[in-house]
Amino acid sequence: MNSMPVKPSPPGKIGRGSPKKSPLPFLASFVLLFLLWVVLSGRFDAFHIILGLISCALVAHFSSDLLFSPEDFQGMPRKAVGFLAYLPWLLYQIFLANLHLLRLSFHPRMKYLIDPYIVRFRTRLRGDMARITFANSITLTPGTITISISLDGDFKVHAIDRKCGEALPGEMEERIARAFGQMAVEGAALNRNGKR
Amino acid sequence: MDLIVGFLILFGFLFFTGGAVGILRFPDFYSRLHPAGKLDTMGVLLSASALALYNLHPFSLANLLTSFKIVLIVIFVFLASPTATHAIVDAGMRAGLSPWKKGR
Repeated sequence: MNSMPVKPSPPGKIGRGSPKKSPLPFLASFVLLFLLWVVLSGRFDAFHIILGLISCALVAHFSSDLLFSPEDFQGMPRKAVGFLAYLPWLLYQIFLANLHLLRLSFHPRMKYLIDPYIVRFRTRLRGDMARITFANSITLTPGTITISISLDGDFKVHAIDRKCGEALPGEMEERIARAFGQMAVEGAALNRNGKR
Repeated sequence: MDLIVGFLILFGFLFFTGGAVGILRFPDFYSRLHPAGKLDTMGVLLSASALALYNLHPFSLANLLTSFKIVLIVIFVFLASPTATHAIVDAGMRAGLSPWKKGR
């Protein structure tokens, strides 16, 4: 899960901490940090490894509630697999959309081709991680930038032309919903496939 | 191998150039962020993966680690670039700058 987009939670949610502390956030941040340590240090002797273990444990202890919340770990292995399966499609979309933007920026009559406007829609995705992934995916695919997300999931997106804007939310939302194992019926909290 | 690397670097430069040209040519603040935030990300992806590949050539653990670090840079850019773009757009919106519309 190295490449999960991580962003501080929105202001309304800061004081969410649950009274019972789960060890999972600590473990996850520890493993992530230690992997990073090993790759960056590149030394495998006992002294450096132990130094890494100690400092990673300290940092993970102090900041584990910043990175992950315990709810994120429900059905974690499935989510991880779903996310990894989603990445190649995202890269392909980024590539396609980049070509489109590249053509636009070299086009001699670019100003007649583009037509910036703001798309508003409500997402059916639930959970911070799914929404952040969606927002960052929107921003990464050229032609669209996420302006804001409200707590209820109202998206405002700046699109460079009609073609880019009309693709939203569309297939990307569906794929993210599948990756995170949630298929919500419009307007209701019912799950079509049941939460796995 | 060298051919692939050269190809990737060339395309990376093409995207960087497109980004720079786009920043200059697009009409307003918001639409300029599109090439700035994304063609650059693509450029980094292509040219950094070219470097990571090229670096692997005499294969050893040290070279593998260096390539991993290059990949880490790409991952970091992929996380940071949309977030930064979003923050800049949000700041523009909060300050009340309205987007450029066609035919004005």
